[in-house]
Amino acid sequence: MAVKVMIPTPLRAYAGKQESVEVSAATVGEALKGLTDQHAELKKHLYSEDGKLRSFVNVYVNDEDIRYAQKDQTPVRDGDTVSIVPSIAGGGKN
Amino acid sequence: MATKPEVAGSLGASSAATVTLTKKEIERYSRHLIMPEVGMEGQLKLKQAKVLCIGTGGLGAPLGLYLAAAGVGRIGLVDFDRVDDSNLQRQILFSTQDVGRPKIEAAADRLHGLNPEIQIDTFDTHLSSENALEILKDYDIIVDGTDNFPTRYLVNDACVLLKKRNVYGSIFRFEGQATIFGDPEGPCYRCLYPEPPPPGLVPSCAEGGVLGVLPGIVGAIQAAETLKLIIGKGDSLVGRLLLFDALAMRFRELKLRKNPDCPLCGTHPTITKLIDYAEFCGLRGEEAPAAQTSVPEITSRDLKKRLDRGDDLYILDVREPHEYQICNLGGHLIPLGELSKRASELDSSREIVAHCRSGKRSAEAVEFLQRAGFRKVLNLKGGILAWSDEVDPTVPKY
Repeated sequence: MAVKVMIPTPLRAYAGKQESVEVSAATVGEALKGLTDQHAELKKHLYSEDGKLRSFVNVYVNDEDIRYAQKDQTPVRDGDTVSIVPSIAGGGKN
Repeated sequence: MATKPEVAGSLGASSAATVTLTKKEIERYSRHLIMPEVGMEGQLKLKQAKVLCIGTGGLGAPLGLYLAAAGVGRIGLVDFDRVDDSNLQRQILFSTQDVGRPKIEAAADRLHGLNPEIQIDTFDTHLSSENALEILKDYDIIVDGTDNFPTRYLVNDACVLLKKRNVYGSIFRFEGQATIFGDPEGPCYRCLYPEPPPPGLVPSCAEGGVLGVLPGIVGAIQAAETLKLIIGKGDSLVGRLLLFDALAMRFRELKLRKNPDCPLCGTHPTITKLIDYAEFCGLRGEEAPAAQTSVPEITSRDLKKRLDRGDDLYILDVREPHEYQICNLGGHLIPLGELSKRASELDSSREIVAHCRSGKRSAEAVEFLQRAGFRKVLNLKGGILAWSDEVDPTVPKY
């Protein structure tokens, strides 16, 4: 299945400055693996040392949070969008 | 610091039963009054509303202006900062002549100038675990326009503990997020992000910056949501995270759920009072002498001395090309992110001095080069900022 993985601005520096990448995957876990295979540097920003998705990174399939679906086993279909949404804190103060 | 509001306005909130609009107010708010969704009923709700804006920066500027213009009867402002030249690119509450003034003072003047009918409370202080509950308790709605993780979690926790809604907005470069936390039916910030990123993993100053108009757009969205909550109309952002990308000019929306296991607003909360947010966000560790400062350093004064006496030093600039264009020390440019691929361009027999803007990225570069076998590498302490302060004031600071 061809899915689009959206990369948020703070992580684009580790993904060849791309806004999104196309990967072939059947689950979210596979989609993210496809992404980190292409961009190895992203791995430490997305996963902790024990291989778990970091708690300040949320992943959505279309508009659904995978934590409330089947986590990294959540299936993806052709044309789905997987979004990585990290917390950002900026308020334009400084 | 002051937790009692200093009342700068002329009119206090009156009791609900007797609130009416004066002839002057009717004329001022006529474009609201002629819309059935607002009308007299909505405008009187606005007049009696009490909204606290935390931060009067990029987000707080349009927010404060639109809330004041709309006739929100009492607006609290919390900020400890002074207006700086670099604020004017986006903080449209302030004018050039305000540079150096306390932000809340300049903001209160501006908002009063816009609408003398409303009350402005100013809190010239850092919001902290000690004063947050006391400051927040008098307001109906809290709007978070702060710029750091510890204050974000503090505002969230205080709002949940006080059962107040928190109109949230945040921005980064070209991207913004907005939602409403703290509604009894919706999630809180901790449901979405149980923990903040560790300091080392947040983007460095190289990736910082913000398009000036972005906080204008996101702050205006926060203002719209606040006004809708007050008048009780429309679909609010409760349970939805609005994402905005100004570069692609695209809005997207994600569903947010209340997490039953949330330590703050879940079914069995473990956080029942405010905590130490600097510690929670890992900032205590950062302040302590960390591994990062243990790389060999040179001060800008010593570097100048050595260059003047003709020492053979190789200056390595690890910033980004667009930063090099702002100012440079004539060094060889290899951005930190490319260093691992391009280290072969460097001569390990020469003494290398690495620098960046403030010394943080170049410390990483020195650490990397040492591991790669370079023996003579120094970090320019304080970066180009220190060079400007101590050696050459003609080099602009950014």
